[in-house]
Amino acid sequence: MKRSRHHPAYWAFLVHRISGVALALFLPAHFWFLGSALQGAAAMDGLLRWTDQPVVIAGEWLLVMLLAAHLAGGLRLLALELLPWREWQKTLAALAAAFALLAGFAFALAR
Amino acid sequence: MGNVPEFSRNDRREKPGLSPVLMVSVWRGAAEGAFQSFEVPRQPSQTVLDVVTYIQRNLDATLSYRFACRVGMCGSCAMTVNGTARWTCRTHVDKVVVDGDLRLGPLENLPVVKDLVADMRPFFDKWAAAQGQFKGAKTRQEDFTRVDPRSTARREADAAIECIGCGVCYASCDVVAWNPEYLGPAALNRAWTLVKDVRDAGQASRLVAVAGDAGCHSCHTHMSCTELCPKGLSPTRSIAGLKRATMKLALSMEEP
Amino acid sequence: MSARREATLWLAQRGTAMILAACVVVHLATIIFAVRGGLTAAEILERTRGSVAWGAFYSVFVIASAVHGAIGLRTVAAEWLGFRGDAAEVTVTFIGFALTVLGLRAVVAVVGG
Repeated sequence: MKRSRHHPAYWAFLVHRISGVALALFLPAHFWFLGSALQGAAAMDGLLRWTDQPVVIAGEWLLVMLLAAHLAGGLRLLALELLPWREWQKTLAALAAAFALLAGFAFALAR
Repeated sequence: MGNVPEFSRNDRREKPGLSPVLMVSVWRGAAEGAFQSFEVPRQPSQTVLDVVTYIQRNLDATLSYRFACRVGMCGSCAMTVNGTARWTCRTHVDKVVVDGDLRLGPLENLPVVKDLVADMRPFFDKWAAAQGQFKGAKTRQEDFTRVDPRSTARREADAAIECIGCGVCYASCDVVAWNPEYLGPAALNRAWTLVKDVRDAGQASRLVAVAGDAGCHSCHTHMSCTELCPKGLSPTRSIAGLKRATMKLALSMEEP
Repeated sequence: MSARREATLWLAQRGTAMILAACVVVHLATIIFAVRGGLTAAEILERTRGSVAWGAFYSVFVIASAVHGAIGLRTVAAEWLGFRGDAAEVTVTFIGFALTVLGLRAVVAVVGG
């Protein structure tokens, strides 16, 4: 990667963009799964059993992390763009990363 | 550490362990070209511009590069140094050399004229497109406007005013690379200093000029401009100001 | 591409972001609460069926996500794929509508019925 990109705001951008694209690609699958309830709880349960595979659980965990990262990174962006400027960019990026890790940890403990 | 080397008169200026020569590869050509290697003697407090000047004066007089003031005021000597855009007159070799190697190229995101000389026309054309010219409303018969230097507007303008137009931010901006229409950090920063200038009479059309796909709304706050600005300015901050200032454009203002 | 349209889309992206920020906080909390002890359809549907509050919440969530996702993908397509212009506008508009329809169908499935 170009050396001019070696700083936290750029990493925050990359995480935000990649998580955003991943979430947008996941949404149709998510909606399709929930739509299975139209065929009744049994149909939905059938799909839920498929999600018990370890690799799917790992995927779920990743998605929760991505969602938390996109949320926290987005709040960071709103603060940078809409609030009066402060020299807190690195603090905001660190807080966003911490929030994503925390959410991932909570999900891993709960699942 | 048994053998502490003794320094003779000639090499006393060298730091122990440093190679006495720099291996410098320099871009030769325009869009098409290749890196050419030179060996340049290492000096104390040597700047990257010193290195280029040594090559041009002693090794290859056909090398083209651009400089004027040598003291960080004119903004003409910026180049790509080991992959990063920098003002070369105030960049010490010590700070950027990697294993005795320096790799010098012209600024990125701009056409290359020759060797280390980038064509700055797109850069400055965009300053004009961002309406970076002051538009006064007074005649010479009228009294001066009194501007309180402590006022919020003036302090915001002052925080962005010291740009020397070196192009480091423009060359480092990914959005410029992705969207060649994008006005870039320096032009938008300049526009912001005028948006915050209470004497300026061209505000409405300037806000339209800096909005949209080519303007402030394309900035993703990567902040590479802010990281690398040799004057310590934050174009990201100025562009964030423009985003807020143009918000009413989306809501109500008519385009001219 | 007019400056006004870009500014409007930028503002829509920030506006939906603020709505989504609130929605995602609730969503993450619900996820972490709901996955304890494993997920079953009965458990999910018991929470949502017939609930006007969840129905309204998820409807807003779906529409804001669809708008936000479509505008975001439009920017990524332009910057990373060089996909711009009328074809890109039509494509992202379709994606936005498709996400809205799929999402509202999912809301009907878990809240209605």
